Amino acid sequence: MTDANATQPGAGRPARSSSLLQLDERTRRRNASEARFRLYGMAAVGIGLAFLVMLLVAILSNGLGAFQQTAFHLKIELKQDVLDPNGNRDIDEIKDAKTFAYSPLIREAVLRQIEAYGIDTPLSEAPVEGFSSPLDNLFSSGARSTLRDRVIANPDLIGQTVDFRILASSRVDGYLKGRVDRESIARDKNLDTVHLDLVDALHEQGAVEKEFNWDFITGPDASDARPEQAGMGVAMLGSFFMMLVVLGFSLPIGVAASIYLEEFAPRNRFTDLIEVNISNLAAVPSIVFGILGLAVFIQFAHLPQSAPLVGGLVLTLMTLPTIIISTRASLQSVPPSIRDAALGVGASKMQSVFHHVLPLAMPGILTGTIIGLAQALGETAPLLLIGMVGYIASNYPGGVAEGFLAPNSAMPAQIYEWAKRADPAFYERAWGGIIILLGFLMTMNIIAIILRRRFERRW
Amino acid sequence: MSLAKLTASALAIAAVSATAAAARDNVQVAGSSTVLPYASIVAEAFGENFDFPTPVVESGGSSAGLKRFCEGVGENTIDIANASRAIREKEIKACAEAGVTDIIEVRIGYDGIVFASQIDGPAFTAFEPTDWFNALSPKVLKDGELVDNPYTMWSDFNADLPAVEINAFIPGTKHGTREVFEEKVLAVGCEETGAMEAMMAAGMSEDDAEDACIAVRTDGLSVDIDGDYTETLARIDSNPEGVGVFGLAFYENNTDKLKVATMSGVAPSTETISTGEYPVSRPLFFYIKKAHIGVIPGLKDYAEFFVSDAIAGPNGPLAQYGLVADPELAETQQKVADEVTMGN
Repeated sequence: MTDANATQPGAGRPARSSSLLQLDERTRRRNASEARFRLYGMAAVGIGLAFLVMLLVAILSNGLGAFQQTAFHLKIELKQDVLDPNGNRDIDEIKDAKTFAYSPLIREAVLRQIEAYGIDTPLSEAPVEGFSSPLDNLFSSGARSTLRDRVIANPDLIGQTVDFRILASSRVDGYLKGRVDRESIARDKNLDTVHLDLVDALHEQGAVEKEFNWDFITGPDASDARPEQAGMGVAMLGSFFMMLVVLGFSLPIGVAASIYLEEFAPRNRFTDLIEVNISNLAAVPSIVFGILGLAVFIQFAHLPQSAPLVGGLVLTLMTLPTIIISTRASLQSVPPSIRDAALGVGASKMQSVFHHVLPLAMPGILTGTIIGLAQALGETAPLLLIGMVGYIASNYPGGVAEGFLAPNSAMPAQIYEWAKRADPAFYERAWGGIIILLGFLMTMNIIAIILRRRFERRW
Repeated sequence: MSLAKLTASALAIAAVSATAAAARDNVQVAGSSTVLPYASIVAEAFGENFDFPTPVVESGGSSAGLKRFCEGVGENTIDIANASRAIREKEIKACAEAGVTDIIEVRIGYDGIVFASQIDGPAFTAFEPTDWFNALSPKVLKDGELVDNPYTMWSDFNADLPAVEINAFIPGTKHGTREVFEEKVLAVGCEETGAMEAMMAAGMSEDDAEDACIAVRTDGLSVDIDGDYTETLARIDSNPEGVGVFGLAFYENNTDKLKVATMSGVAPSTETISTGEYPVSRPLFFYIKKAHIGVIPGLKDYAEFFVSDAIAGPNGPLAQYGLVADPELAETQQKVADEVTMGN
C-alpha cells in the first residue's frame, strides 16, 4: 500500500498514509484489535478476581461466626448432698454421680441469676429437678461434663460455689450471632422466644458473652446433639499424622525414583513407558487412588479402617507423581556443565549426583514436595472410601503409634462431615473449617514461594 | 523397578507393624447412618461418665455394618452393629458361618418418617398412602382400569391437595428409609386403591404384584436422593413445590424451614409414633457380639448405658434429638442385663 501510494504519479507529495503521526487504516485496525485483546484479557482477569472475591466473601461471611462462641458465666453451687452424699470425698463415689446429676445444679444457678438481676420471665417458674427442664435448652448438654470433669479433677470444690464458663446451646449462640432470628425461633421446637428474652436480659447484664472460640481450633469433634462443642483439633492431628506418612514415604521414594530415572536409567522403551505412566498418573482422579487404597490396604493388607496411616498411604500414591515430576524438572534444570566438571575431576557418577546436582536441585524438590503435600492436605475424595468420614473424631490420639493407627478424621473430611449433619449450626462450623484449612494451605504455599525465592539459583 | 520394590517393601513393613499393634481397649461400632447420631450422642456421654475410652462409632449403612459384624470374632472385628432394620435370616446364617453365633438384639426405639415441604410453599398438610401411590407408581388404577400413570399434578387424583406439579424427593434404594417407605406407604396405597387386586386379576402372581406396587415412576417427577437428608432439604429449598421424605429427627432440627404433613390423619410426633398411631415408623436396633462381652472393656456397660432411662427414656437426650422412645424399654434393659441372645 505504501509503495503504491508513493509511486502514484501526479500527486505531488501526497499525504502519505503511513506517517508516524497519522495512522493508516490497517495500523488502526491492528491497534484496535490489540486494544480489544487487552480488554478481553483484563475482562478475563477481572472475572477471575470477581469469583475469587465472591468466594472469599462467602467463606468469610459464613465461616467467621464459627470462631466466636457464646458462653454463660455462672456461679454454680456444687452441692455436697448431690455430688458426694457420704461426704468422704472418695473419688469413686464422686464418679458415681453421672453427668445427669449436674443438670439441676446448672438450672439452679441460672434461676439464681434471674433472681439476682430481677429479670421478669416465665422461665423463673421452670422446674429444677427432673430429667429435663425448659432451662436446659439454654446451655450445651456438654456443660454438665464440664462441671463433672472439674469436680473429679478437684474434689475439694464440692460444697463451694464456683465460677464456671459453660457453653450456650447452638440456638442461643446463633441468636446472639444473628444467624437465628426471632421469626425462625418461633417455628423452632428447640427454643422459644421466652428463652430469647431471657438471653437478651442476661446479655445486657454481661452474664452471656460472645468470646473467641479456641475450642473450635483445638477441641475434638462432638456428636450431633451439641454442635456448639465441635472443634477441628482432633481432625487436625489426623491430618498432621497423614502428612507425616505422606512426607515419610513420598519424599524418599519420589526423589530416589526421579534421580534414578533422570541420571542413571538407560533410555529405552521401558523407561519411556514408565515416564509416560508417571505423567498420566498425575492426572488420575483422586477417587481412583481411594478405591485402590480400599482394595489394597484395607481389604488385602487388613490395615485398620479410618486410620491416618492408611489415609497417608493413599495420599502418598496420589502425591508421588507430583513429586517425581517436579523433582525431575529441577534435576533437569541443573546445567550439564556441573555434572561434566564433577566427572572431569574424577568424581564417580554417584558422587557427582549427590555432591553437586542434588544440592543444587534441592530448592526445586522441596517446593514440589510442599505443593504436593498441600494438595494432599486438601484432598477429600480418597478419604471417603477408606472410612475417614461418618466418624466422630472425639478422641485425641494417646501417643504416636495411636496417632497413626487409631481411627481419626482429617480436616477436609471433617468439613464434609459437618456439612452433612442435620443441625444448621454445623453448617457454620463447616465454613469455619474451610477458613482453617485455607490458612494451612496458604502457609504451605507461602513457605514454598519463600524457599524458591531464597535458594533457587538461576544459570 | 526400584520404585516398585521400594513401595512394596514399605507397604509390607507398614502392614506388619499395623497388625502387631491391634490390641484395643475401646468399643467399636459401625452401621446405619440413621442410628449414627444417636450412637454418637451415647458414645460421647459414655466417654464422659465412665473411665473407659469413648467408643468409636462409624457409619456406612445397616447392611455394610452387619456385614462387618459377621466377619468373625476377635479384636479386629467390630463389637456392635447399628441397624435401622432387623437383622435378616441370611445375615444370621452368614454370621454363624464366621463363628458369630451368640448375638444380642437390642431395640433402642423408633424412628418416624415424615413428609415435609417448604414452610412457605403450597399447602401440603394431609397425605394418605393412596396419594403417594397415585403420585409415584408407574401404573395406577383409573376408572377401574390399570393404566400408565397419567397424573402430573397432586390435585389430579385428590382435589384436597394443591394444584402443583408432582415433585417428590424420596430416599434412594440404598437407604433403609426407602424400604420402610415402600412397605408402609406405597404398598399400603397400592392395596387401598385396589391396584394390587387389579394387577393380580390381570394375571400377576402375588409376589410380582407386590414388587409392581412398590415400583416408582421414572419420568422425572420423582427423584431418588442417594445422599443424606441435607441434600433433600437443599432440593426442597430450591423447589418451592417439592415434597420430601425425612426422618423425624431431621425434621425436628429444621422446623424453621420445613412444614410437615399428616399421614392418614395423624401428625408425626414422638407421642403418635410410640403409640403406633402414626403409620410410617420403624424400630432401630443394635446388635452385640456376646463373645466380646468381658473381652472388650466397657462393652456391656456401653450397651446398658445406651438403653438406660436417662439416655433412651422419653426425657433423655436421644428423645430430645428425635428418637421415639420404646414403651417396652424396661424389658430391653432386662434383656441386656441378662445377656439374652437371639433365638433364646
